[in-house]
Amino acid sequence: MHIFQYYLCFKGIVFRESLRFFHQRERFFSALVRPLVWLAIFAVGFRSFLGVSRPLGQPENWPYPVSLVPYELYITAGLIAMIQLFNGMQSSLSMVYDREMGSMRTLLVSPFPRSFLLVSKLVAGVSVSILQVFAFLLIALFWEIEPPLIGYLTVIPALFLSGMMLGALGMFLSSAIKQLENFAGVMNFVIFPMFFASSALYPLWKIRESSEILFYFCSYNPFTHAVELIRFSLYGQLNETSLVFVFIFLAIFLMLAIYGYDPSRGFITKKKI
Amino acid sequence: MNSSALSITKLNHTFGGELQVLSNINLSLDKGDYSILLGLNGAGKTTLFSLITRLYNNQTGSIEIFSQNIKTSPSKALANIGVVFQQPTVDLDLTVEQNLQYHASLHGMKKSLALENAMSELKRQNMEDIIKKKVRELSGGQRRRVEIVRALMHNPKLLLLDEPTVGVDIESRKLIVKHVKSLCKEKKLAVLWATHLIDEVDQEGKLIVLHQGKILANDVVKNILKKTKSKNVSDAFDYFTKN
Repeated sequence: MHIFQYYLCFKGIVFRESLRFFHQRERFFSALVRPLVWLAIFAVGFRSFLGVSRPLGQPENWPYPVSLVPYELYITAGLIAMIQLFNGMQSSLSMVYDREMGSMRTLLVSPFPRSFLLVSKLVAGVSVSILQVFAFLLIALFWEIEPPLIGYLTVIPALFLSGMMLGALGMFLSSAIKQLENFAGVMNFVIFPMFFASSALYPLWKIRESSEILFYFCSYNPFTHAVELIRFSLYGQLNETSLVFVFIFLAIFLMLAIYGYDPSRGFITKKKI
Repeated sequence: MNSSALSITKLNHTFGGELQVLSNINLSLDKGDYSILLGLNGAGKTTLFSLITRLYNNQTGSIEIFSQNIKTSPSKALANIGVVFQQPTVDLDLTVEQNLQYHASLHGMKKSLALENAMSELKRQNMEDIIKKKVRELSGGQRRRVEIVRALMHNPKLLLLDEPTVGVDIESRKLIVKHVKSLCKEKKLAVLWATHLIDEVDQEGKLIVLHQGKILANDVVKNILKKTKSKNVSDAFDYFTKN
């Protein structure tokens, strides 16, 4: 297999995932409705008595140009990461479904290395999630969520990295899950703790005021770093600590996913493909 | 080095280290061979196919496809295989063309070449008019034949079919059997066809009887009938599995 054939294979996988995505319009809309409900109801409801102000002595934790931001502006980064988290989990759910239905076999018997096939599938899923994020940002303009124009560009690499990290986590989970029915339970143990124990809805320094233990838990939550990477990049800035964390978690989850789908070692060998 | 289309030696497989599903499997197929792997449900046919296609890695023994070991050179070995799985694997929401293109890309084929190959295979089966149709709109028999077309698109030298006629009506079954046999003759394709249906056994071809994970017979049908003093394949199968 030479490089051009790798390109053809990658293109084919991305094309197929895009087709499936456009055939499942409900999936697109439901992925948008979820963060919009949070933005239009939850955040607006809290706006009257919640604003988030710059933390004293911690300028590195504040990307916004003003000292006090309305709550809906604060949680936008968290909601964007939420879209990616759900997309990653949705992709892994469809991998479990594909495995149960048998169509996963078509992918796995390709002569290309399995790691390449899995990464291509991840990139395809992330591309779809980036489209969803931009659709969300477009609608969010109605709530005056207006990051600087450059932010729409600088957020793309952050979205790619955080999407890959969350997608790799979903892929690893899909390799470890035996049946489709088990997926919902696992999601409850992954999505909710990841989302609520993060900086998506409240800043970490506020959490620290209430619970030191929870603060440390949130500080090492990969989702927190996805949120912060997106938050800063949306204002044309780089949160270096979060970038490092996202890279590390991406590497770990990707290795686990590749291990999970390895025919000689992974969890996939222990169940029906 | 071995130049067989498929060569399996001393293959064993267990699930979870306890349940032995395949035991000391040895078999080989040459170019142009048409072999039926006959066994009851649960005999180990699908596990054997999963090992040949590297869905699982073989724990012992070796599997070689045109001298390429599936464990050490999976890319080269898999490039020679076309496979139709027992479970349908075409995407129902995509058109036939989109399904075929996806498969072609998984083999690194250019779109133009893929379409050319697909059209010539579809024409052979008088099915060229379905290319723009969604798979969901096709009958069970047509879907299976699309899977065979897909398995042949990248010009494999070994075709594996795992119960390809399950859920297909009698007429479609006949067409599929006839088509695969003609491919075997014309393209010198080695075919391994797993089934539990005795009437799919070709009297001229080779028969491999797999029972409870063990190969009990592996010869041309005529020799098996002679050896077991049976009138037909059904009696011969009973001879091996009930004795």
